[in-house]
Amino acid sequence: MSAAAMHAPGQSGSGDASLGHVATGTLDATHGVVLYLEDISVSFDGFKALNKLSLAIDVGELRCVIGPNGAGKTTMMDVITGKTRPDEGTVFFGQTIDLTRLTEPEIAHAGIGRKFQKPTIFEHHSVFENLELSMKADKRVRKTLFAKLSSEEGDRIAEMLDRIRLADSAGREAGLLSHGQKQWLEIGMLLMQEPKLLLLDEPVAGMSDDETERTAELFLTLAGKHSLVVVEHDMAFIGKIARKVTVLHEGSVLAEGPLAQVQEDPRVIEVYLGR
Amino acid sequence: MTSPILTARSGLARRLYGPAGWLAILVAVLVAFLLFPVLNLAVAPESPFHISAYWVTLIGKIMCYAMVAIAMDLIWGYAGILSLGHGLFFALGGYAMGMYLMRQIGRDGQYQSDMPDFMVFLDWKEFPLAWWNSDQFWWCALLVVAVPGLLAYAFGFFAFRSRVKGVYFSIITQALTYAAMLLFFRNNTGFGGNNGFTDFKRILGTPITTPETRMVLFAVTAAVLIGTLLLARTIVTSKLGRILTAIRDAEQRVMFCGYNPVHYKLFIWVVSAMICGLAGALYVPQVGIINPGEMSPANSIEIAIWVAVGGRGTLVGAVLGAFLVNGGKSFLTQQFPEYWFYFLGLIFILSTLFLPNGVVGLVKSWRKK
Ligand SMILES: Nc1ncnc2c1ncn2[C@@H]1O[C@H](COP(=O)(O)OP(=O)(O)OP(=O)(O)O)[C@@H](O)[C@H]1O
Ligand SMILES: [Mg+2]
Repeated sequence: MSAAAMHAPGQSGSGDASLGHVATGTLDATHGVVLYLEDISVSFDGFKALNKLSLAIDVGELRCVIGPNGAGKTTMMDVITGKTRPDEGTVFFGQTIDLTRLTEPEIAHAGIGRKFQKPTIFEHHSVFENLELSMKADKRVRKTLFAKLSSEEGDRIAEMLDRIRLADSAGREAGLLSHGQKQWLEIGMLLMQEPKLLLLDEPVAGMSDDETERTAELFLTLAGKHSLVVVEHDMAFIGKIARKVTVLHEGSVLAEGPLAQVQEDPRVIEVYLGR
Repeated sequence: MTSPILTARSGLARRLYGPAGWLAILVAVLVAFLLFPVLNLAVAPESPFHISAYWVTLIGKIMCYAMVAIAMDLIWGYAGILSLGHGLFFALGGYAMGMYLMRQIGRDGQYQSDMPDFMVFLDWKEFPLAWWNSDQFWWCALLVVAVPGLLAYAFGFFAFRSRVKGVYFSIITQALTYAAMLLFFRNNTGFGGNNGFTDFKRILGTPITTPETRMVLFAVTAAVLIGTLLLARTIVTSKLGRILTAIRDAEQRVMFCGYNPVHYKLFIWVVSAMICGLAGALYVPQVGIINPGEMSPANSIEIAIWVAVGGRGTLVGAVLGAFLVNGGKSFLTQQFPEYWFYFLGLIFILSTLFLPNGVVGLVKSWRKK
């Protein structure tokens, strides 16, 4: 992806191809790997939340990550998105982008979107505005002061509203949505960013069975076009979407493979039953 | 396309103000540019309709405070950053204008020197570096916004980049204005020590205390206040304004959307400081004095109280709060001067308890019923 292509078309006055405050380079995934973590360690006051964690995600892959509470799943996402710096190890996005050197906004620009464990949306903005703010666009101060919503951009937001089934709530304050709707809105916000890689931390927590079902369908349609890393405790949901599953335990990979194989692994059974 | 989307979209392209808002502004314009000048200058002092100089100066002064309140609302109400040092930016603008007014005294001071009296008194032979070019109005007018703006930029750059937030940020700004006050109290700093600047004679060559000059200053202040309000409203209704409130509510999400909050905070912080500088510059010629007392920590806290009373995040609430609290202050300090601070404390406690969204919030909730 070229730097210029990061901006939405029809952005007011964006004739220049110069990308704002971030020069993150382009994603080079020629070897088919979009994300590569190697020997990542993170400790909090001597406690090792991640311990020599290594993981590789392929382009277009849908990877499920499971593991007991405190296994380090959220911490792993914190490391990938720049919120937490690892004590050791490397994180590469494609072949060339070293994520440990970038800030959170730069990582977002490079093409990584993240859904938090606790739904994080802009509660005092309308649903429409939530999507507008997260939409891929020039995100520099000067440009946003004079930004006008083009009709194409409006259409893209309208499409997304339909897709996340919130078209009837477009003008509502997002804080008034149900928990499941907030989850969907946050997923919609991620998609508006047009990321290459989506990190989804417990996306179906608090959703009704019906909503969970639809989320599974959505993720299956996204795989291929995007790479996805899904963290979930809901095994029924995992069962619906799983291809390759990674089990984390005490900060490192305990097992990896197809769901059925992982579920039969005695070490995995012990970790889950031992609790 | 379904209709809710269309309404949401039109809601997005928010107008600056609705018809009622523009009407209110029109009324303010008529009062400031027609009613006050006529009733003050043209109507005889004996007439019951005459507006005295006292009122012109008082309202002129409060309009300056209202600009500061708007500046505070931008940074606190919209971006969620509570500054307890905005009095400093106000005072710096005042001092920049004060330097020019001191130079305008010329040889009419007590010592009949080209230098201001306090410098003669200290036996200084030449102007300190900070006074360079201070006899030029344009230069001082530039300093009025540039000095607060640059200081805010330097301070904000480090504070926001190091992710200093919440109460820590507030305390540091409070310390900043306190430190500046101590600095300005010193005679060696070169700005008149604890007496500051006063006894102004002229502005742009015309005598400063005549009714006409007073009225011109009043009208200019009114124009700048309305301009400030419209500028602030333009900012908060833009996409940038929505990002500021998003930073206030969920900064993490803003960062993961690809916006760098540091740049946004810095922008609104500097704009806010420059508005304060402008307000200070308009305040000094009307009130006739500027001294380090303006930098006292209590002054900056008062600014936050105006905004809290009027209603945060509404702009108009800031203006209203500045008028209500300062109107009350000038009334009470005449009647019971020693009790003002108790009243202020009481107002603050009552408004936080019973008016969490200020007067504007109260009016809004009435309207909904
Ligand atoms: N900022 C922090 N300071 C101290 N300890 C932390 C911090 N963040 C995480 N931890 C600890 O690190 C461990 C891993 O936490 P993490 O949130 O990554 O687990 P998780 O796998 O996401 O668990 P869950 O399934 O409950 O969400 C936990 O023991 C947690 O208490
Ligand atoms: Mg977690």
